[in-house]
Amino acid sequence: MSSRKVAEALGIELVEVEDWSCCGSTPAHTVDHLLYGALAARNLAIAEKMGLATVVTPCPSCLVAFKSALEMVQDDGKRKELNELLDLPFQGEIQSKSLLQIIYEEVGVEAVAQRAKRPLEGMRLAPYYGCILTRPPKRAQFDDPENPITMDRILEALGAEVPEFPFKTECCGAAFGLPKRELVLTLSAKILEMAQEIGADALVVACPLCQQNLDLRQGQITSREGVSVDLPVLYITQLVGLALGFSPREVGLDKHAVSPNRLLKKWEEKLKE
Amino acid sequence: MRIGVFVCHCGTNIDGTVDSHQVAEEAKKFPHVVYATDYLYTCSEPGQQEIQQAVGEHDLDGVVVAACSPRMHENTFRRTIERAGLNRYMFEMANIREHCSWIGEDREANTHKAIELVRMAVAKVANHVHLHPSYFEVNKRVLVIGAGVAGMQAALDCADGGLDVVLVEKKSSIGGRMAQLDKTFPTVDCSICILGPKMVDVGQHEKIKLCTYSEIEDISGYVGNYTVNIRRKATYVDWGKCTGCGLCMEKCPSKKAYDYHNEGIADTTAINISFPQAIPKKATIDPEYCRQFTKGKCGVCAKVCPLGAIDYEMEDEIVAEEVGAIIVATGYGLLNMEELGEYGAGRYPDVITGIQYERFLNASGPTQGHVVRPSDGEEPKRVVFISCAGSRDASLDRPYCSNFCCMYIAKQAILTRDHIPDSEVYVFYMDTRSPSKGYEEFIRRAQEEYGVQYVRGRVSRIYPKGKRMVVRGADTLLGTQVEVETDLVVLATAATCAPEAEELAEKLRISYDEYGFYMESHPKLRPVETNTSGVFLAGACQGPKDIPAAVGQGSAAASKVLSLFSKDQLESDPQIAQVMELRCVGCLKCADTCPFQAIEEKELPDGRVVGHVIETVCQGCGLCTSICPSGAIQLQQCTDNQLIAEVEALCQAWRERSSG
Repeated sequence: MSSRKVAEALGIELVEVEDWSCCGSTPAHTVDHLLYGALAARNLAIAEKMGLATVVTPCPSCLVAFKSALEMVQDDGKRKELNELLDLPFQGEIQSKSLLQIIYEEVGVEAVAQRAKRPLEGMRLAPYYGCILTRPPKRAQFDDPENPITMDRILEALGAEVPEFPFKTECCGAAFGLPKRELVLTLSAKILEMAQEIGADALVVACPLCQQNLDLRQGQITSREGVSVDLPVLYITQLVGLALGFSPREVGLDKHAVSPNRLLKKWEEKLKE
Repeated sequence: MRIGVFVCHCGTNIDGTVDSHQVAEEAKKFPHVVYATDYLYTCSEPGQQEIQQAVGEHDLDGVVVAACSPRMHENTFRRTIERAGLNRYMFEMANIREHCSWIGEDREANTHKAIELVRMAVAKVANHVHLHPSYFEVNKRVLVIGAGVAGMQAALDCADGGLDVVLVEKKSSIGGRMAQLDKTFPTVDCSICILGPKMVDVGQHEKIKLCTYSEIEDISGYVGNYTVNIRRKATYVDWGKCTGCGLCMEKCPSKKAYDYHNEGIADTTAINISFPQAIPKKATIDPEYCRQFTKGKCGVCAKVCPLGAIDYEMEDEIVAEEVGAIIVATGYGLLNMEELGEYGAGRYPDVITGIQYERFLNASGPTQGHVVRPSDGEEPKRVVFISCAGSRDASLDRPYCSNFCCMYIAKQAILTRDHIPDSEVYVFYMDTRSPSKGYEEFIRRAQEEYGVQYVRGRVSRIYPKGKRMVVRGADTLLGTQVEVETDLVVLATAATCAPEAEELAEKLRISYDEYGFYMESHPKLRPVETNTSGVFLAGACQGPKDIPAAVGQGSAAASKVLSLFSKDQLESDPQIAQVMELRCVGCLKCADTCPFQAIEEKELPDGRVVGHVIETVCQGCGLCTSICPSGAIQLQQCTDNQLIAEVEALCQAWRERSSG
């Protein structure tokens, strides 16, 4: 929701890939690498046929799948194998980027800040990038792999206070939420606790799965890990959207497990000042 | 022309994939060849004797040896035929090892190729002419670049051997890295106490001319006759007058200047003497911080200096020096720790580098040897060391080992326990590398006598927790994740090439590896020579190394220079370019192309202008021959006619083969 709104407001034209399918995500690449590549390549091939230059995704896991497919297609042998599985020929001439990368590199921090109608003043936000948005660096080709700063810069430019967050690239447990839930609870608890310790009003993420783990599981964490966590977890475009003037409802802030109302109230008060 | 061909088996190196005997048999059929044979090791004494004998018996006047690369044995065989009475340049090597037997497995194809290579070499030798070297004078002065312990040792050995030495150092004082160290491993003796006397010797040696606060601007010339322009950077203090009294430092109002000697763990004054034992002990102004430069007014030091030594108008000066050889001892740099994002280095004040910790330990450091935590000045009760911080890390493109970190960590760990007896010390390591004398015992002492906790595993993250830091890593012996809460983290950051190492290499025309370390001529057998004649290496500029190794190389490089200078004249290689004046049109394109400035303009008695090659400067690279429009400039023993003869021999071989 917020991604579409923000993209439109920033002049990025988003076109839905026709008849898109799942990228394969974690289950696919743990089972068969070639099929994993083919699932991602199918979407890319359709996008190529539609004449699109870039496939943008708000999800780092999809991004990794796309980049893996783009890597595979560079190899003559693998390109052949991939194309045998696909209906459409896949050339690998398209590129894939995260929405964050597009906002940071192609729109630019200054341009985003200039369009901000309601700066994020009064918000103290901990940016959390997760484990695969910037890694492995050779594949990601984006930001510093161990100390990324793109969200920091965007949020700062929009007026938020961004403290040094040491767990920017820790793992939240990701897809282990199903097979090994307690692992996700332990890992996510550490991230949330650290964000609370540095006095953040909210955690800002660039990955929908991180968002789910960190937001939906706070009750489980509190009961199992014995730590008290109560911290809203927002996707980056939700905050950019707020700053651009969209209402909390328009950017989906009414849909969170942990209510961001306290954060919003603090912000509104600051804006009134 | 009567040519002999000698084919070497090189054991199985060649004969394993090339039929050496067949090569010799085929060679007998080539024009001019009157004798051909094969032998197990042509370079061995009997192998060489066979060549000498054959020259006499078969009245040979040219020789081809088909064996390894000419880089290995060309000189060996030139001497062989010279002993047999031939001109040493009537010789050619066909490389049938590196260019043939080592790279292909198909014996038949390799044998064909070897035969063709020999055929070409024979065609070339048939066009060889007698050449004679000329001799030139040697300037027996030596330039040493870098006055760390390796450069100082080289300078002292050269000077003690009677040579005049020009010692150039970038910083204001000599001493290098070793002057920053507190103690040295594995003896734990005070670094400056053992280095100091050497520094004094260098400073007082009548044969050593010190040029500190200076850099190499450019270098021209060749072995025996180099001209070096040295940039003497403006110190803004007349060192002829400065006595190093330090009054200016006391009064300087700009007290926030970056302290290079203390690696930034403390500030210094804009005018400063870098450390108490500095040689020369002279003050230097850092214009980045001096108020006279940043604000345009101050002048306090000029007022207080009792000798009127301050000169704000001083400018850099270029000084030319003539030398015959150059020793490069420019040392190493350290990885910028901010590249290690996961360690928070640069963001967390209590994560520091090993060299910074050295300054905390040092009695003449800013804390007088009291170890403190940078964030709040408290004494740390727990210190964690992390080895391989950036070394052996392919993701940072530094897969190499930095050589000395394991040992200095053990030393710093021991010193920490000495300085703070109730402290706990942890070391995260990949392996401990301690191959030199007394090194392994030293690490054992750290572990057993001093109770230093060695944890085998990498650290994945360092983060703050309250006033302390948490170090999270793997313990690969226990197979578990560990977290250590600590007061201070010390990173053994990777040793890198010295800043601007590549630029200096270009000026010296020496090679460097992908990490910027200078390339020795042979990794085992010519460790301090470079491929540029007259330029030698010493110390960590060639690769990270500890003090004993650096000192050893300093002495080795000096001995190379001394042996080079033991002759009054050097022989120049006659395989150089020569201008056929009748054909030369005087365009002088050759002069513009020559990378060595070896070609000058010459006016003939009839007023015509032609190019002229300065024999001793020409390196025989052949660039000029490819640009000459009239073919007037020819590289001796590699003339157009010879190359054409080689190509023709090859074409002839193909014609014969295709016609069956």
